[in-house]
Amino acid sequence: MITLEKRPQPSRAWSLATPLLAVLLTMICGGLLFAALGKNPFETIRTIFLDPLFSEFAWFYRPQLLIKGAPLVLIAIGLSFGFRAGIWNIGAEGQYIVGAICGAAVGLAFYPTESFIIFPLMIIAGILGGTLWAMIPGILRVKFGTNEILVSLMLVYVAEQLMASMALGALRNPDGMGFPGSRNLSQYPSAANLEIISGSGMHWGVVTALIAVIFAYIALSRHIFGFNVRLAGQSPRAAKFAGVNPAAMILICMGLSGGLAGAAGLFEVAGPAGQVSIDFNVGYGFTAIIVAFLGRLHPVGILLAGGLMALTYIGGEIAQSNLGLPLAAIQLMQGMLLFFLLAVDVLTNYRMRFGRRQVV
Amino acid sequence: MTEPLLRLTGLTKAYPGVVANKDVSFEIQPGEVHALLGENGAGKSTLVKTIYGLVKPDSGTMTLEGTAFTPAEPRAARAAGVAMVFQHFSLFDAMNVAENIALGMENPPPQREIAAQVRKVSDQYGLPLDPDRVVGELSAGERQRVEIIRCLLQDPKLLIMDEPTSVLTPQEVAILFETLKQLSAEGTAILYISHKLEEIRTLCDNATVLRLGEVVGECDPKATSAREMAELMVGTKLHVPEKAAKPAGETVLALQALSAPAPHQFGTALRDITIDISKGEVLGIGGVAGNGQDELVAALSGEMRVAPDMVQFQGQPIGQLPPNARRKIGLLAAPEERMGHAAAPDMSLTENAIMTAMTRENLTTKGFLHWAKARRFAEGVIKDFDVRTPGPANAARSLSGGNLQKFVIGREILQAPDVLVVNQPTWGVDASAAAAIRQALLDLAAKGAAVICISQDLDELMEISDRFAALNEGRLSAPRPAQGLTVEEIGLMLGGAHDMEVAHVDA
Repeated sequence: MITLEKRPQPSRAWSLATPLLAVLLTMICGGLLFAALGKNPFETIRTIFLDPLFSEFAWFYRPQLLIKGAPLVLIAIGLSFGFRAGIWNIGAEGQYIVGAICGAAVGLAFYPTESFIIFPLMIIAGILGGTLWAMIPGILRVKFGTNEILVSLMLVYVAEQLMASMALGALRNPDGMGFPGSRNLSQYPSAANLEIISGSGMHWGVVTALIAVIFAYIALSRHIFGFNVRLAGQSPRAAKFAGVNPAAMILICMGLSGGLAGAAGLFEVAGPAGQVSIDFNVGYGFTAIIVAFLGRLHPVGILLAGGLMALTYIGGEIAQSNLGLPLAAIQLMQGMLLFFLLAVDVLTNYRMRFGRRQVV
Repeated sequence: MTEPLLRLTGLTKAYPGVVANKDVSFEIQPGEVHALLGENGAGKSTLVKTIYGLVKPDSGTMTLEGTAFTPAEPRAARAAGVAMVFQHFSLFDAMNVAENIALGMENPPPQREIAAQVRKVSDQYGLPLDPDRVVGELSAGERQRVEIIRCLLQDPKLLIMDEPTSVLTPQEVAILFETLKQLSAEGTAILYISHKLEEIRTLCDNATVLRLGEVVGECDPKATSAREMAELMVGTKLHVPEKAAKPAGETVLALQALSAPAPHQFGTALRDITIDISKGEVLGIGGVAGNGQDELVAALSGEMRVAPDMVQFQGQPIGQLPPNARRKIGLLAAPEERMGHAAAPDMSLTENAIMTAMTRENLTTKGFLHWAKARRFAEGVIKDFDVRTPGPANAARSLSGGNLQKFVIGREILQAPDVLVVNQPTWGVDASAAAAIRQALLDLAAKGAAVICISQDLDELMEISDRFAALNEGRLSAPRPAQGLTVEEIGLMLGGAHDMEVAHVDA
C-alpha cells in the first residue's frame, strides 16, 4: 500500500521538480501513444520538442516560437491572478476573441486614415473588449452567485458565433468580393502589429507579454494586491478578516484576465492573423490554462511554460506535415501535460509512504 | 432494585494532554429521563460517544440490561438498542424525508413502506412530518424530527439527545418535550445532554453532573434548584481575583441596540445588544458556544457591517467601516478559529503578521510591502509571546494550536490597540501559555486599552474581568461587576433562567 502523509509545509524542491517530472512523463506516455499509432516514438518526440529549436530549418521556426508563445503567456499571466484567488475564469478564449473583434473594429473604422494614434487606440479597445466580456461572468457571480466557470465557458461559444457573424457581416471586407473575413490589418500600416525587428517574430504582443510578466512578478511578491490575491485563494475567511472585499477581488481578477486576453486577441488579429475571420481563434485561451498551471501560477514559470507550449504547437505542426501524425494526437499530448502536472502536484503537499497502513 | 438499563462503571478516556472522562460511573433505569449536565469541555460528548460506539474507552465497563456492552461502532450500538440524535444533523438537503431515513438503514424496505411507517410514528408521537417533503425546505425543528423518527423506527431502548433544544423555537421545544415524555412513559430511557438548567428541571428525572471529566454529583432536578445545579456544574473553585475596583473610565466603545440577522444558516442573530465599554476595562462575556459569539466578533471586527450608529468608537459611528479602517482607529480583533480565519495556514508567519498589522505597523507604502519590516514585527511577536517556532518564515500550519494562538493574540496586542476584542483567547492552549495570554490582556488594559474577552472558560473570565455579561441566543445580559459576583449568579446568567423561552416551556 502507498499512503500519503501531509507535509507540515509545502516542499519547495518538489514544487520546482513537478513541472519537469510532468514534462518527462508526458514525453514517455506521448511516446507510447505515438508508438501505438505506428510512428517511431523517439523520432516523434525529437520532432516535437527539439526540431523547432535545433533542426536545419530552425531559423524559420524560432520566430514562430515568439509568435505562438506571446498570446499564451499574456493570457496565462492574467489567468494566474484569478486562479490564485480561487476565481476560475476558464473563458479566456472568448475574451481573446472579443478583444480581437473590438480592437479590429476600431482599426477598420479609421481605414484608410493613417495616424500614429490608431494602433494605441486599437490596443485600448482590445483590452476593454476582453475586460467587458469577462465582466459578464464576474458581475453575475457577484450579484447572483452564478458559477463563473460555467458562465465564462459558455460565453466562449457566444464569442465564437459573434466572430463568425462579424467576419460575414459588419466587419467583412467591402472589397473582398464576397469572401468572408475583414480587410487585412497587417497591410494597413497604422493598424498593423508589425515586427519590431524584422524576421525575429518580436511584435508588440511579445513586448507586452514580457512587460506583463515583470509587472505580475512585482505585484505578487512585493505588492499588497498580490498578497491579497494569494490570501483570498488560500483562506477566504482570513482574507475577509484581513479586509479583502471578496466581490471586488472577483471583479478585479476577472477584469485583469479578460483585459490581458483581449490584448492578446488584438495583437493576434492585427499581426500574425491579420484579419477577423471565421477560423480566427485556435484555442490559445484554453491552452493558456495549461500554461498557467504548468508555470505554477508564477510569472517566471508561466514564461517558461508558455515557451514549452509554443514548442509543442510548432513541433506538432512539423510532426503533422513531416510524419503524418494526426492533430488529435498532438492535442492529446498537450492535455496529458496538464493531467500529469496535476497528478504529480500531490507530491508538493504530501509525502509518499510505502508499506502497509497500520490499522487504527 | 431492578437491573438498570445501562450501567457505566469507571469509564476513563484520555486524549493527549487531557483526560476527557475520569472514572465515570452512573446508571440509567428503563423509562428514565436522565440528564447529563456540564460546561463545555466537561466530557459530556466523549461520554455519549463512548456509549454510542464512536469512542473506545481506555478502561471501565458498560453493561446493557445486565450483559456486557462494548459497541465497536455505532452500528453495533444501534443493533443493541441505543440510538442518538446529534446536535448537527446528517441529512441530505436534496432528498425527501423518507429517502433520508432509508439512507440510515441497513436493509431499507421499499419507499412506500417507509413513508407509511414515518406517518404512523409521526402520528403516534405527535411529531408532525410529511415523508414526501424535501429536507432542504424544512425548518431546523422539522429536521430534528426527521432524525428523531429515524431513531424511533429502530425501536430503541435508550435514546441519546445531544443539546436538542439549541436549534429549536419555543413551540418546537414544547412539542419535543411532549414526545420525550411519551417515550419515557412507554419505557424508553432518554439520556438528555444540556446545560439549560430550567429545561432539565422541567423534563428530567435524574441528573448526573460532570466537571472536568469527572462525576461531581447526582441530583433530582425536580427537587434541586437551578442555583444548586449551577454550582455543581461550575464548581466552587471559581475565585474572584483581588482587584481594586477601578473608577469608571471614559467610554471608548459603545454598542447601541446592535442587532443583525444570522449571517448563515447555522448562525445566530444578534439582538439588541447595548453596552458601553470604558478605557482600561476588561469586559468578560460568557456564554455557551453558538449563542452569537462569532457574530458579535464579526460585527466588531468589521467583517459584518451593521448600521453606523450601532457601533460607536469614541463617539464616532463606525458600524459600516471595513476591517482595516477600524484597525486604523484602534479597534482590533482576534477571532476564535485560528486556522483559516485569524491566520492563513499555508502562509508564513511574516505573511500572517502582514495580514492584520499592515495598517497600524505601516508595513506598506503605496501598496508596496516592506518585507524586512514585516519580518521584524513577526519576530517581535514570536519573541515577546514565546511562540515556539524555528522562525517567521515557517508556515502557520506548522505551529501547534497553542503556539499559533500566542502568535495571533500577540500580533494584535503588539499593535497597541485602544480596544481589543478576543474570542476564546486561551482555547486549546496549555496552562502556562494561557496564563501568559491572560496576563498580557491585563497588562494591555492597565495601559488604558479596553479589552472585550469572550470566553466559555468561567475561571478565565473571573480572573481577568472587571465586568461580566452573558451572551444568550444573541442577547447580552446587563453587565455586572465581576467582583463579588457569586457562582450562583454566574450560573443563572449563563443557564438562561431569565430566558423568555424557558418561561414559555414552564407555562
